[in-house]
Amino acid sequence: MSLGKDILQGDRRALARALTLVENQMPEADEIVREVFGHTGRAIVVGITGAPGVGKSTLVDRLTGHFLSLGRQVGVLAVDPSSPFSGGALLGDRVRMEGRGSVVFMRSLAARGHLGGLARATPRAIQLLEAAGKDLILLETVGAGQSEVDVMGYADTTVVVVVPGLGDDVQAFKAGILEIGDVFVVNKADRPGADQTMRELRQMLSLGPRKAWQPPVLAAKAQSGEGIEEIAAAVLQHKDSAERNPEVGTRHVREAERFLRQALADQLVAHAVARAKAAGRWESLVEDVARRRKDPVWAAKELEGGEERE
Amino acid sequence: MAERRETLSGLEVKPVYRPQDAQVDHDRDLGEPGAYPYTRGIHPRMYRDRLWTMRQFAGFGTARETNERFHYLLRQGQTGLSTAFDMPTLMGYDSDDAHSLGEVGREGVAVDSLRDMERLFEGIPLGEVSTSMTINGPAIILFAMYLAVAERQGVSWSQVRGTLQADILKEYIAQKEWIFPPEPSMRLIVDMMEFATREVPQWNTISISGYHIREAGSTAVQELAFTLADGFAYVEAGMARGLEVDAFAPRLSFFFNAHIDFFEEIAKYRAARRIWSRRMREKYGAKNPRSWMMRFHTQTAGCSLTAQQPEVNIIRTAYEAMAGVLGGTQSLHTNSMDEVLSLPTEKAVTIALRTQQVLAHETGVADTVDPLAGSYFIEELTNRMEAAAEEYFRRIDELGGVLAGIENGFFQREIADAAYRYQLEVDRKERLIVGVNSFVEPDEEPIPTLRINPALEETQVKAVQAVRAERDQAAVDRALEAVRQAAASDTNLMPPILDAVRAYATEGEIVRTMRTVFGSYREAAVF
Amino acid sequence: MTETSDAEATRPIRVLVGKPGLDGHDRGAKVVARALRDAGMEVIYTGLHQTPEEIVEAALQEDVDVVGLSILSGAHNTLVPRVLELLRQQGMEDVRVMVGGIVPEEDAAELRRLGVVAVFGPGTETEEIVRFTRSCARGA
Repeated sequence: MSLGKDILQGDRRALARALTLVENQMPEADEIVREVFGHTGRAIVVGITGAPGVGKSTLVDRLTGHFLSLGRQVGVLAVDPSSPFSGGALLGDRVRMEGRGSVVFMRSLAARGHLGGLARATPRAIQLLEAAGKDLILLETVGAGQSEVDVMGYADTTVVVVVPGLGDDVQAFKAGILEIGDVFVVNKADRPGADQTMRELRQMLSLGPRKAWQPPVLAAKAQSGEGIEEIAAAVLQHKDSAERNPEVGTRHVREAERFLRQALADQLVAHAVARAKAAGRWESLVEDVARRRKDPVWAAKELEGGEERE
Repeated sequence: MAERRETLSGLEVKPVYRPQDAQVDHDRDLGEPGAYPYTRGIHPRMYRDRLWTMRQFAGFGTARETNERFHYLLRQGQTGLSTAFDMPTLMGYDSDDAHSLGEVGREGVAVDSLRDMERLFEGIPLGEVSTSMTINGPAIILFAMYLAVAERQGVSWSQVRGTLQADILKEYIAQKEWIFPPEPSMRLIVDMMEFATREVPQWNTISISGYHIREAGSTAVQELAFTLADGFAYVEAGMARGLEVDAFAPRLSFFFNAHIDFFEEIAKYRAARRIWSRRMREKYGAKNPRSWMMRFHTQTAGCSLTAQQPEVNIIRTAYEAMAGVLGGTQSLHTNSMDEVLSLPTEKAVTIALRTQQVLAHETGVADTVDPLAGSYFIEELTNRMEAAAEEYFRRIDELGGVLAGIENGFFQREIADAAYRYQLEVDRKERLIVGVNSFVEPDEEPIPTLRINPALEETQVKAVQAVRAERDQAAVDRALEAVRQAAASDTNLMPPILDAVRAYATEGEIVRTMRTVFGSYREAAVF
Repeated sequence: MTETSDAEATRPIRVLVGKPGLDGHDRGAKVVARALRDAGMEVIYTGLHQTPEEIVEAALQEDVDVVGLSILSGAHNTLVPRVLELLRQQGMEDVRVMVGGIVPEEDAAELRRLGVVAVFGPGTETEEIVRFTRSCARGA
């Protein structure tokens, strides 16, 4: 039995299982990804981010409905923070999703701390959904931590959602969200202050460097579905523009190098550690660092150099 | 046990209270009973003139069975009726809907069409009883059915008395039995309020309910603050519709929980009356004293009952009921000891009613108005409850009002936090619950409980299908189309809904029609 | 690989907490969800008014170890067997099902016979639920 083949045949259970292996960074995951990698890279990945309470989940639900009506195969990845105290997480993004049965595949991911786990699991989770035939993937994160901002790097198009009058929009803009946004949505646009928020956003965006793609600022009322069509259209336009325009760049180009670097780093580290252990040097070096006899960078260099001399 | 003692709401209590603790200006803060600010009660002589209404909530199975229970309760000396509907009715589904599977007639009576309502009140003259109906999302439809039954009994609407819960805000906040999104839901409430003000003048249009907020795990302070905030939101909505505040405010009533923390509950009721009257007069400019008076129903706390040693619940309920009476309630429901296990048996309901009768006729607590007034402790606690509620009002205002608070999950989060804190205290035995985490009896004998016959569901499903087969379908289609058009415009929905129920359109059909215009609601996950 | 072994050591248990049926009393479900989170588990909360079909589809997609159902409307005899049946149809017999709410003892016995691993009534300590859930974790 091979999970990879089952996924390619659209087995949802196999997909779910494989996602767990990827999330848990199990060695089997490498094998599955290897099996399906040739079938990945075909979906449009749309990142949706914004502070808690801006209506991301509702927006994801409405966009899901809209893309389904366009004949897309939709997958959803919803990332929520893990508790720094217990490591557990409350994943509640399904609550806002309308029951669509098995038509949409949605997976809730816990960020699981800042060990880089999320950044590793996310691209692989996207690949597995692609292998299962999803051609439009919505990736929802709370735009709070750096790791979540990093995750947006795996999207073709990043939609940043804000609401008027929360007072924290300026904070969000400061947090680097202006740079990552390809489409901006002012949700709950019937609230007072919406026009002003839109104006401010446009103004701040116009201060940035002139780019081939000028991020649009769109008004929406996700609850009632107003503005959803326009957001979807902007997402597709951005994707086209990226494909035509090398300056904008598609995620595949950005990703390829990143994937390779990461995989290489993983392998080299594993290799070096294994060799040092085999040579009986690992424990003593760890001890030296712990006792502050050596700093970690020096210790690593020594290890590397030592290996070279051998 | 820890030296620090707290009320159930976490307010610290001292071992002794002294005159300087109770900062009260008699005329400003207490006044006479029956006079502004009504801290001491809304009538000058309270229970000397009229006892509270003993109103036990009842309903299960089909309309016919509940009708029998109503007749039984009236024979036992109960003075008002209170109707519990089953989950499908509360959620706007007909008994034969896929969503209703397994739920028909379980937690209350199933009402699909006017036919069920006619059976429910058979032999009960609607001009002579007052009926309370616990229904929210689809309240407008059940109200229309009740009025249609009165019509058929030849009772003028001006004679009809009763209360509709129709408090949709607390559904989003706590009880989670909603149908439509908040805005159209509010519009339905105001439609009803406007209609009743004109046509059914003795009807209490909204029973603004803290009961469920408390049951969802809130503290007493939160119950007080959120309920009153909801009340003010309805007042503002009515005024925004162009209604004169004094035209509808006298028909607003309240519904509170009576939990086990005796003094805190009494202080809660006293503070509630004072806050309401002050705001109604000063902020909303009401001139009619009836708009200033907070009338309320009380129910003992379901969530304080335990499945362990259920007979002990009789004692809890008795203390809670006494707090309600000392707090000046206008009507009272005492829970049956077995309600945590199932719907109550007849025997358990009778004991619960007897509990009220003992309170009224044997204990003497009904003989003197607000007998705890002037207690340093009670006055200080009343002040503290009021101040804590005012602090919540300020936060709600900052959020942009009740609807914004709901959308943002504020109330839900506050309640979930309180519920979690409480559970941790119980788990750690910082709060002792008899029979649960202390004084446990290892081998308890189960008490007999009421079983709902599963065949009821089939009977009810057949009944609603028979109604659909017999009625004039063309008339129903016309009536539903009129409902749809009214929903899409801003005319009052009450008249077209009345026409629809008269034509035996079912509740589910009317709800579905409105859903095509209003949409559905899904809440954000708030823990 | 250092990171892999860290992740392996702390692989969280995934639990779905769902409310089938129409009742909206989510106090218990939310308290339990939080307690499980605080015990280091990943809790997928499906929200209110879910059909058995929706719950099982969510359990499948989220690949959970345990499904916890909270029912206070008395419809457990209809809804719980339906969830069990659907899990079987999906080949998910290894997913453990727990039930919380007001379930009379004779009904609870029947639900256990059908495959429910535990029925928690009113007054159950959350610690007990946490312990039990942990014991249900699926092997790797």
